[in-house]
Amino acid sequence: MLELFRFPGGVKPVSHKEASAAAPITRAPLPKLLVVPFRQSATGAATIQVVAGEKVLKGQIIGVAEGAFGSAVHAPTSGLVRAIESRMLPHPSGLAAPCAVIEADGEERWVELSPLDPFDSDPEIVRAKIKDAGIVGLGGAAFPSHVKAKTVIDTLIINGAECEPWITCDDRLMRERADEIVSGAIILGRLMAAKRIFFGVEDNKPAAAAALHAAVGGMPPPSPQPLSREGRGAFHADAQTIQVISVPTLYPAGGEKQLIRVLTGIEIPYGKLGPDFGVQCFNVGTAHAVARAVQHGEPLISRIVTLAGNFARAGNFDVLIGTPIDALLALGAPLPDTDRVVMGGPMMGFTLHDTAVPVVKASNCLLAMSPALFPPPKPAMPCIRCGACTRACPVVLQPHELYWYARAKNFGKTQEYHLFDCIECGCCAYVCPSRIPLVDYYRFAKSEIRAREREKLAADLARERYEFRQFREEREKAEKAVRLAAKAAETKAKLAREEAAKVGAGETAIAGEPGNTETALAGEPGNTETASVAPVNDKLALIAAAQARAAAKKAAVAPQNTAELTPDQQAQVAEAEARRALIDAPKDSA
Amino acid sequence: MALGAVVLGAALGFAAVKFKVEGDPLVEKIDAILPQTQCGQCGYPGCKPYAQAIASGEADINCCPPGGEEGIRKLADLLGREFKELSGEHGIEKPKSVAVIDEQICIGCTLCIQACPVDAIVGAAKQMHTIIADQCTGCELCLPPCPVDCILMVPLPETLDTWKWKYPVIEIKSAHHA
Repeated sequence: MLELFRFPGGVKPVSHKEASAAAPITRAPLPKLLVVPFRQSATGAATIQVVAGEKVLKGQIIGVAEGAFGSAVHAPTSGLVRAIESRMLPHPSGLAAPCAVIEADGEERWVELSPLDPFDSDPEIVRAKIKDAGIVGLGGAAFPSHVKAKTVIDTLIINGAECEPWITCDDRLMRERADEIVSGAIILGRLMAAKRIFFGVEDNKPAAAAALHAAVGGMPPPSPQPLSREGRGAFHADAQTIQVISVPTLYPAGGEKQLIRVLTGIEIPYGKLGPDFGVQCFNVGTAHAVARAVQHGEPLISRIVTLAGNFARAGNFDVLIGTPIDALLALGAPLPDTDRVVMGGPMMGFTLHDTAVPVVKASNCLLAMSPALFPPPKPAMPCIRCGACTRACPVVLQPHELYWYARAKNFGKTQEYHLFDCIECGCCAYVCPSRIPLVDYYRFAKSEIRAREREKLAADLARERYEFRQFREEREKAEKAVRLAAKAAETKAKLAREEAAKVGAGETAIAGEPGNTETALAGEPGNTETASVAPVNDKLALIAAAQARAAAKKAAVAPQNTAELTPDQQAQVAEAEARRALIDAPKDSA
Repeated sequence: MALGAVVLGAALGFAAVKFKVEGDPLVEKIDAILPQTQCGQCGYPGCKPYAQAIASGEADINCCPPGGEEGIRKLADLLGREFKELSGEHGIEKPKSVAVIDEQICIGCTLCIQACPVDAIVGAAKQMHTIIADQCTGCELCLPPCPVDCILMVPLPETLDTWKWKYPVIEIKSAHHA
């Protein structure tokens, strides 16, 4: 039996999972209109690949991953792209972003799918498949999975803890599709050359853990042929290397760093990630999506969404990405006193501004709230520094200090108190006897600090460009001065030479000496007189010379076509010359 | 004793050369606080000259409208002075905007290009000009030279990347209710 560890802090809220976990996953009906945002991952968008009016097939790529952290987006069903337009997203801001509005044709015609044999393909090809399938972390953070699967690790952790109250999508998925989760885990394990795979499941989900156990036991051992690249060997699935581990139910055991700590005892410090310590963590839903993508070639176009809270029929639904949330809510028959809907759980979720927004890859749960079920919070009272938050904090921060500094907008101090270690799990606010919405303050401070960092970068760029412009202007000025000086010197020298030539050797050339040119150039008043007389004489001489040259040139030019003329032609020429002489004569006399 | 003095003197002399401070560190610190808009609203031809003027005591700390109240507070903290309201004669704090050229109207005169302090305008004589939005500081210096008034200042819209969580507004239970 593996020794388990404990993370500090944590809380034990009532789980409320029974109602939605009881029923099997139901496939949600195909909606008439789907709205698919091009930005699905938390870190980047997709480059739009379709235009309005285009016909798309189910699973057809409509947006390719943009940049290193982007993620691909696919058509969730076959139909017609009605528009590419900005629509409101399920985001705490309520802001809009580009979406593809797809009218379903009801035929559900798939594109041609190209599955891979995961045990006979190059890891790079498998990773490219995961990238092309648009797979992101389905636990809620929606970080692109192909980026996470890049490293070589010892231990792969598949996160089935699902610690947040009310949410049961992972529980149902583990119970019903354990085989595919295990297949996906093995594919990921092989991709990252993991030596062992741990499934972490909270001990309030025994059925899910049992299903995974059965799936692990029943897995056929994959073909053991080794892969050449980077020494990554085939993954040998057996009881030693894959373990399903029940972890104590304690919120937030499903936090990535918390689960890593519970299963391996490794505490990951600030600024480091799991792979720095040979551990990587994926959600069970992500592992399932990886298996579908690699073994069946299916991109990520649907996910399991829990409807929980104030519903007559709470449960889990297999929903196409892009399904309008209000259509989905109707399946659960929300009770009449429902006053708002939260996406995510009660601890970390956010209230939707509008339920017309679509389901996205990060939508794990829709929680209908009513005043009876979730009474509005009583007014907050001042912080009494009781320290309850400090004891509850799973990352050993001092939430009350962070609260003071965030509230006072003293952002430097919040960073000194490691604000960015905060995982926004909400334990501190949950235990606060003064009911202060602590996490709201931390989120505020974090986004202000990020905005300042962006401004700082912009200011640095502006400073650099401003200074370069100053430098350039100085340089241009200097270059112009040099150019002008050189030209003046050249003219001066030329004049001096001609002056010297004209006056001959008998007289002393005024400007002949090099010393004189320089002083003339410097513009001394004493020199200007001689300099101004010389040019006048010079110019007259130059003009006369030029006229003489022109006359000589004219005289030298003989007609090219007069060599072999017939007598008749010669006579004509003579006649013309005579006429010309007649015409020229009066002009000359005049 | 004399030998010690010589050795220490040499060490100090070496340190003075080795760790020589380039430029005025105070000016650098002030310049780091200023927003680098380079708008000249303070009456100096750029942020660096204003920083130099503050450091020499020539200018006050409340002459920078783009830096706003927060900028003045930071300068007050740095220099150990009292906070002052933004002086009205230099302008008012505005939301961050970028210049946009109406390309239908632009005649390609290049005057705005010459006015831009950060070279954020691209164009050539009798060719349409355009502004590199990412590099525009919103200084408005390109507006006055434009002979056809084709430059507009457009406030930056909020996007998913720039959206910020708001300061929590919560009801604090007042004493007489308790």
